[in-house]
Amino acid sequence: MRKYILHNKRICLGIMLLGLLFLVAAPTYAAEEKEPIDVKEAVLGHMSDAYDWHITTWNGHHVSIPLPVIVKSQRDGKWYTFCSSRFGHDGKEVYQGFYIDPERQGKIYEEGFETRPWDISITKDVVQIWINIFILLAIFITCARWYKKRKPQDGAPGGFVGMIEVLVMSINDDLIKASIGEKHYRRYAPYLLTVFFFILVTNLMGLIPIFPGGANVTGNITITFLFATITFLFINIFGNREYWKEIFWPDVPVWMKCPVPLMPVIELFGIFTKPFALMVRLFANMLAGHAIILSLTCVIFITFQVNALVGTSLSAVSFVMILFMDLLELLVAFIQAYVFTMLSAVFIGMSLPEHHHKD
Amino acid sequence: MQNMPSILTPDFGLLFWMLLAFLVVLFVLAKFAFPAITSAVEERKRFIDESLQHAREANEKLATIQAQSETLLREAREQQAQILKEAKQTGENIIAEARAKAQAEGAKDLAAAKAQIAVETENALHDIRSQVAELSLQIAEKVVRTQLGEDKAQQAYIERLLAEQERQS
Repeated sequence: MRKYILHNKRICLGIMLLGLLFLVAAPTYAAEEKEPIDVKEAVLGHMSDAYDWHITTWNGHHVSIPLPVIVKSQRDGKWYTFCSSRFGHDGKEVYQGFYIDPERQGKIYEEGFETRPWDISITKDVVQIWINIFILLAIFITCARWYKKRKPQDGAPGGFVGMIEVLVMSINDDLIKASIGEKHYRRYAPYLLTVFFFILVTNLMGLIPIFPGGANVTGNITITFLFATITFLFINIFGNREYWKEIFWPDVPVWMKCPVPLMPVIELFGIFTKPFALMVRLFANMLAGHAIILSLTCVIFITFQVNALVGTSLSAVSFVMILFMDLLELLVAFIQAYVFTMLSAVFIGMSLPEHHHKD
Repeated sequence: MQNMPSILTPDFGLLFWMLLAFLVVLFVLAKFAFPAITSAVEERKRFIDESLQHAREANEKLATIQAQSETLLREAREQQAQILKEAKQTGENIIAEARAKAQAEGAKDLAAAKAQIAVETENALHDIRSQVAELSLQIAEKVVRTQLGEDKAQQAYIERLLAEQERQS
């Protein structure tokens, strides 16, 4: 009990020291930043994809990692590849007729054309994806090598490989096998396992505030759209005869399906709402987590604009809340990966109903 | 669409790179990583099951062997007892037989001796009788010489008297 109080005291002391730090830093910050902070812009800007990887702004200069831009011109039909630093240090310059339009989602447009050029630039999110993939491959190749060198008689792995094994086997057995069934699950297991670990690693990397993490990848609808689409294809390509029969000729009174195909229409909608729910759930959850953390961070800067005292006191509160949110997001990162995999497995399992007779 | 935040609108470039990246990672993990882990775990499970099965079989075998050895031991003990009993019996039989034989032999010897004695006695008696008869005759001759002559009829008469005497005794 005594130890606990001591521990608490230490935390309080830490928060107070942190506040003091803000107090010292505040005048410098107030001096350099004159214009009021646009919270919406700051939060959305941090969550959006970008052509460069912004790290910090120091004395009015943006410190960022420039990334390659790859666009196909509508003018001459050629592919242009150049560094995103060509757009100038605040991204407002025009290079070879291309410019970043802040009014239209900050995407690249071409002078004289209203439509977007073909754009497969290596953006911040793309780099983050490749970093995540590198991490995934490193983890699993390390594990696979461990197994390659050993026989079953050599016993079970411990430490990191053991942890990964437990995770893989629990997803494989308790989630995929349980939802899809012993008979068919092998066809889907690699995809679902990959999705789980990809989402998990991406979510966790998204929580790291600086390079090589921090890009909001799973909170981007493009990514969840892709996963939902692949799951949709798995469901509908490998769905068996019973599955299609339940859509077009379900076990309901005939008047509900014969003159007006009421139930078939509803079931047909169901085909699309299931993956849509998958897409939106993951996207919205990750987006919300990022948005809350970023908003709480913005509180620090806004309150310092009022005055140093308010700033210091509210920053301490904000800091505690950010800490709480970060811990919560750590949990959410796992839960969302788990839920996405589980629901995908459940939907796939529903597309493989066993033939049953009417009682 | 363009007024919405960019995270809400699917972007072709990101989709393209994401699909590529995902296919790469799916290919590598599905080919090299997950099967290695799951098959290793399954093999380990099979190995453990087999080991348990073997242990159970070995235990059963051990129990059978123990039971067999106990039976064998018991049988051996029984046989030992049996053999000892038989040996004792045989010994007793031999002794009894020997005794019986010795008795029979002794009885036979005794009988022979008795028969011999009887024959000897007979002979002796015969001798004595003839001698007595001779002696009596001589005595009687000497006595009667004077009165009687040596007569054959008289001698036969005396013989007959002697035989009667003998029968009476």
